[in-house]
Amino acid sequence: MMQWQSWSAFFNMGGYAFYVWASFGLTVLCLVWEVWALRKRSAAALHLARLLAQDQ
Amino acid sequence: MIPWFAWMAAVFAMIGLYVGFAIAPTDFQQGEAYRIIFVHVPAAWMSMIIYIVMAAWAALGLVLNARLSAMMAQALAPTGAIFTLLALVTGSFWGKPMWGTWWVWDARLTSELILLFLYLGFIALQSSIDDPRKADRAGALLALVGAVNVPIIYFSVKWWNTLHQGSTISMGAAPKMVTTMLIGMLLMALAFWMYTIAVALMRVRCIMLERERSSAWVKELSGVAS
Repeated sequence: MMQWQSWSAFFNMGGYAFYVWASFGLTVLCLVWEVWALRKRSAAALHLARLLAQDQ
Repeated sequence: MIPWFAWMAAVFAMIGLYVGFAIAPTDFQQGEAYRIIFVHVPAAWMSMIIYIVMAAWAALGLVLNARLSAMMAQALAPTGAIFTLLALVTGSFWGKPMWGTWWVWDARLTSELILLFLYLGFIALQSSIDDPRKADRAGALLALVGAVNVPIIYFSVKWWNTLHQGSTISMGAAPKMVTTMLIGMLLMALAFWMYTIAVALMRVRCIMLERERSSAWVKELSGVAS
């Protein structure tokens, strides 16, 4: 079922390597960045809420 | 609930990528470049679906004066903007080798670009108004007015003579090809769906914490009260 003769053929994507891998790479990058940014935001929000809760 | 959706997203993405890269055959017209479809089309679908869901939450928040609905709309907007950007950029990476140009002002591409500006406008408008309730109402109005753009994007390839192809032309000759390509695409779309739910829930939790930090229920949260 595999479509590829070798790994290098797979990475070469029939000569369209740049366009295919740029598309998938950018997608992964964007989604990883979003999750990372949200984790940071979540930690900061929780920290602030804790500080406020302790004040009283 | 969030980890559950995150795991579903990862599993669907893994199977989807396997189907898309290992099982789906080479396209008879476009060679391997067509494989961009497995990220381009699901991202474009999500950009429209998220907008509709966002506008629906915003409308609900406006009609019922419900804060949580407005927060859900707000939580979806950045993810929608990211998928719109991805649809545009991966489309560009597909357009260059196939059409010979990164960008063309045809109806499909232009209306998708307008969608990106609607998302960005919604985010900017919400963050520019200090009173969160006023920001919710202003954002909801923008989201609702902008919703007319979604059917325009969807039907643009039918209504106008666009360079962007209709939805089935790039599919292969044999029916078997169509099936594996379609399955790969649907799996990736499912992965993006699950991802969107996980991320939107994460973000709405942040928004609630930030907005309601001085209210009693936040202080009693297990993660906050220590």
